[in-house]
Amino acid sequence: MKAVYHQIERPGALQGIGSGNTVTVCHPPDRCGDHAGFYDVEAIRADFPILSRQVHSRPLVYLDSAASAQKPFQVIEAEHAFYAQDYANIHRGLYYLSQRATERYDQARRAVRELLNARQEHEIIFTRGATEAINLVAASFGEAFLNEGDEVLVTGLEHHSNIVPWQLLRDKKGIVLKAAPVNDAGEVPLEDFIRLLGSRTRLAAFAHVSNVLGTVLPIAEMIRAAHQAGARVLIDAAQSVAHAKIDVQSLDCDFLVFSGHKLYGPTGIGVLYGKEELLEAMPPYQGGGDMIASVSFERTTYAPLPAKFEAGTPPIAQAVALGAAIDYVTALGLDRIGAHEAGLLAYATERLSAIAPLTIVGTAAKKASVLSFVMEGVHPHDIAQILDSRGVAVRAGHHCAQPLMARLGLPATVRASFGLYNTTAEVDALAEALEEVEVMFLQ
Amino acid sequence: MSDSVELYPKAVLDHGRHPRNRRAIAGCSHFAKSENPSCGDDVSVSLRIDQGDVIREAAFDGRSCVVATASASLMTELLVGKTPAQAKMLFQRFHALAAGGAEEAIDSMEAEAERLTVLSGVRAYPVRVRCATLAWKTMLAALENERSQQ
Repeated sequence: MKAVYHQIERPGALQGIGSGNTVTVCHPPDRCGDHAGFYDVEAIRADFPILSRQVHSRPLVYLDSAASAQKPFQVIEAEHAFYAQDYANIHRGLYYLSQRATERYDQARRAVRELLNARQEHEIIFTRGATEAINLVAASFGEAFLNEGDEVLVTGLEHHSNIVPWQLLRDKKGIVLKAAPVNDAGEVPLEDFIRLLGSRTRLAAFAHVSNVLGTVLPIAEMIRAAHQAGARVLIDAAQSVAHAKIDVQSLDCDFLVFSGHKLYGPTGIGVLYGKEELLEAMPPYQGGGDMIASVSFERTTYAPLPAKFEAGTPPIAQAVALGAAIDYVTALGLDRIGAHEAGLLAYATERLSAIAPLTIVGTAAKKASVLSFVMEGVHPHDIAQILDSRGVAVRAGHHCAQPLMARLGLPATVRASFGLYNTTAEVDALAEALEEVEVMFLQ
Repeated sequence: MSDSVELYPKAVLDHGRHPRNRRAIAGCSHFAKSENPSCGDDVSVSLRIDQGDVIREAAFDGRSCVVATASASLMTELLVGKTPAQAKMLFQRFHALAAGGAEEAIDSMEAEAERLTVLSGVRAYPVRVRCATLAWKTMLAALENERSQQ
């Protein structure tokens, strides 16, 4: 076992988030006698029913939270109880249950507003996920504010969901899509990003944290630079919202999106945060029920925010359960979660670096909760398959970021990602399984 | 032993690590290349089929996982001496073995089918069936893609 030591986290390691306080990171986090790993991770694990199951007769070691996080029983129970006790369609119902369901749905919106520290509740729009939220902005903001020749600036490490909607808009309106380059460490150098901001840049849209490499982008500086250039900013917080506190007011981003299922909440629900004046000025995304004030065949007037962007019956129970997930992570503390995961990442980096044929992909100075790697002479799919046989769930492939993989010159990587419930013992299980891969395929 | 290890019996590991016929055939008569979009793997298959409609040489090349590589390697060994019709029948047999479904008895190729059973572990992993059949489907495409003779 490795010795326990402490380090002081680089101030603002997850930049642009929260107060910027320095945080003590114990290493390994849950073997620290002084800080007890910030929280009792074994007690936390007991909240997640799936973590006690076995896979291939081995304890499940779930290292794929970047794809989707597992759910605590508090979230599962919230959705169950809502259907069992309070369910009806929301809005306009004159009966008790409809009013009750509407209240619960509004409560969930309040929880999201508090999580992001948005100024107004109606700046929170529920969507199906981060992908739909970006598509909403591309379609609606794009329709209202982007014209032929206008530029949208992304980065070279974006998920396909922050590339393809802009390409669709390019095909429709003739906008220009630019991408800030990624360096060999997997970072987006600020100066390169700034250099690509021009008088035609109307929107900069980028990830807070890379889903492939874990790189934390300097979003506070990027937002400031984009605003100085006169551009609006969309932050894809899908990979960061579960790992650190986000404050949209101090960041001053114009849009921010995330998915509920990566925040220990259910699938089918996500969030678009948008500044009120922008959302007001944007046309509706979809037409239907709930998003109108009045309809005649001559003329329809739209409902005020947020209903204007929530056509049709929304995922009501999923919103309620997302509220429960937010309560869960907030009670545990996103600072503590981030510190726990930073310790795991440091420990995993150390353990995996000791495996000779293994190369860690992405060596950014600031990383969060994601560790990508390749093994000389072994295909990522074969690695993931052997890990699976040992109960270790990781992802292998291009991680929906093919332009980044092309930049790195790799067809695929193996990705282990950490959540609030992972332990150093699980990192050990990963390392030991990788040592078996080495024996099996390379010796 | 868990299910996954059955994906990698000795013969598969051996062909995966030391693939046979991994090369291009100079002056091949038939050629095709294809990709597995889910992982970015690619494989090319080249064949030399003689005047008597018999595959005299079979080779593959590309970048792929152990399962795809081993399958391609075994395939190139088994194709030599077969007619295109027999090659297609062998694919049918292999596909049934790898993907599940009815296994037709093809008496004349029992020995070949026997050698391919080392790959039957993929049946439990739908994602990997594509790896195992990548070279075979490329081979079928190659049979339809005769190169013009100089």
